[in-house]
Amino acid sequence: MMPVSRLTLVLASTTLVLGACRKKPVVAPQTETPAVVAPPPTRPATTTPAARDTMEEYRTKLAATRARLLETIYFEYDADELRDDAKSNLDAKILVLNANTAVKIRVAGHCDERGSDEYNIALGRRRAEAAKRYLTDRGIDASRIETASFGRERPAVQGTSEESWSRNRRDEFEIIAGGDQLRAQ
Amino acid sequence: MPQMTSFFAPRRVLPFRVVAVALSAIAVLTVGLMVPSRAEAQAQPPGVSLSTRYVAGQKTSVIVLPVNGTLGDSVATMLSRDFDYSDRFNVVSTSSAPMVNGPPNYALFSKLGVDGIVQATLLPSGWVRVALHDVSKKAVLNSKDFPLPSPTLSPAWRAAMHGVSDAVEEWITGQRGIAQTRIAFTRGGRVWIVDSDRANVMPATPSGMSPQWLPGGRGLVYSVLDGVRNPIMMTDLGTGSQRTLASSSGIEHSSPAVAPDGRTVVYARGSDTGTDLYAMPLEGGAPRRITVGRGRASTQPTFSPDGQRIAFMSDRSGHPEVYISDLDGTNAELLTAAAFGDRDYRAGPDWSPDGRLVAFQSRNGGTFQIMTINLRDQSVKFVTNDGRNDDPSWAPDSRHLVFSSTRSGTRQLWIVDIETGRSRQLTFGSEARLSAWSPRLLSQ
Repeated sequence: MMPVSRLTLVLASTTLVLGACRKKPVVAPQTETPAVVAPPPTRPATTTPAARDTMEEYRTKLAATRARLLETIYFEYDADELRDDAKSNLDAKILVLNANTAVKIRVAGHCDERGSDEYNIALGRRRAEAAKRYLTDRGIDASRIETASFGRERPAVQGTSEESWSRNRRDEFEIIAGGDQLRAQ
Repeated sequence: MPQMTSFFAPRRVLPFRVVAVALSAIAVLTVGLMVPSRAEAQAQPPGVSLSTRYVAGQKTSVIVLPVNGTLGDSVATMLSRDFDYSDRFNVVSTSSAPMVNGPPNYALFSKLGVDGIVQATLLPSGWVRVALHDVSKKAVLNSKDFPLPSPTLSPAWRAAMHGVSDAVEEWITGQRGIAQTRIAFTRGGRVWIVDSDRANVMPATPSGMSPQWLPGGRGLVYSVLDGVRNPIMMTDLGTGSQRTLASSSGIEHSSPAVAPDGRTVVYARGSDTGTDLYAMPLEGGAPRRITVGRGRASTQPTFSPDGQRIAFMSDRSGHPEVYISDLDGTNAELLTAAAFGDRDYRAGPDWSPDGRLVAFQSRNGGTFQIMTINLRDQSVKFVTNDGRNDDPSWAPDSRHLVFSSTRSGTRQLWIVDIETGRSRQLTFGSEARLSAWSPRLLSQ
């Protein structure tokens, strides 16, 4: 029974890390070693502590890698130019994509509610294309990146403040192929 | 005479001098004019007058007499409200009228300030007989029996009653009314329809946005942003069937417009080469490209009444403006020119059915207002000044506009009469936007 409960524990901590990363509102520095649930010290071990730590570390790294690839980037009002923080974010994605050539992603552009609703569909498309162009200009094969727009139709947060709007002007990233083969960086 | 100048109602009663002209067996009327002089109108102290009602001395006062029978109240109320919503009449409250059997006491109504009396009688057959009395002539001007479908008070029955209102309005003004119309709009990720008087709010499609009407109101064309094939769809409102017009993986098809002859749909197609306008036959066939934006966007097309030209919005100059071009994209010219100064965002054009005006939204002071531009002399006018206002759509009378506004809090549909500036709220409840006014719905 022990291996099963160990696995459950590891999965749970992975989910925690993933969840925590996804909920980050705006661009934030990646935590290299996020907190994980420590194994109970008194529990009889089926693997050596060293091997277990390595396993833990790897899963943590894998979760961080996935989170980096999926992390949302943000835009200024009415703009499709990539901000500096968005570029750093995309640079980090390039490392992941170069190390995982089977992975394909979809970039979906979104807008806040302020512009014309129908024009926002075009603006969201340009935001997605801006990210795609940045990645392909730096060597990622265009066939690995799909793009889409949801205009203002699927806001990340509700509200009519700049705080809400700034979180809705964004590109969301999704793994559409090769996610099960993703390797930690 | 400028349309938006405020002329306030003098409280005195205008005579209802009527010149009837026989034209194809239809009496076309010219309501007698006793127009107050310009000086007289301007002498009205601002702020003292009753309302923003357009008068210019020409607004006819009408009253709808109480109607006998169990449906009487509904009939009188609907007719009165339709006349009021037309913004062409002063409607005297039915409750101030005596019940009339036989010819009305014209002298009494003259004292009430009434020019025209609308007398409706529910017939045993279920039809309604409507007579229009000219008070100054002390005579019936016109009378007609109208069929009313059963069941009573059903959407079809109400539509027929609106048709009665529109016919009576034509007797008086020479122009058919717009009560017998509906407005399609976007709410909660699907298309809904509401009658012009706010009744019968009903879902029309399982999903989608940006509805546009087919000629005669027989169906709707709309877009679905589902993140998969993002199609342009068409629904037949008679059968409820849905048909896909344009659809492909990884492409956004949005913002459709239907040609006046119902044979062509123009829509925006978003791909990795940008967002451009395409035209395709409604009956199917290859899409034909209209604009070549090279990464810039063109969207929100609207047809001229003759179907030969389109207006649309494009950010080809670096910011959103409204352009006009031929249907094949040639001869494009900027419609909303530089006279706007720093108000750098115009969108959502809609070409009026009479071809004279294009309504659009313009960003002013950080929010959007509805404006019109006259295609003859490029003169522009503000139609709104309160809240955020988006996506105007013309009524068939080229005088009323429906649009979304935040003036009451949540985004709702409002109707404004551009002649008087008078406005009313059309929808209530959860957010409503991206609307389209139907053509006149004559056959029921």
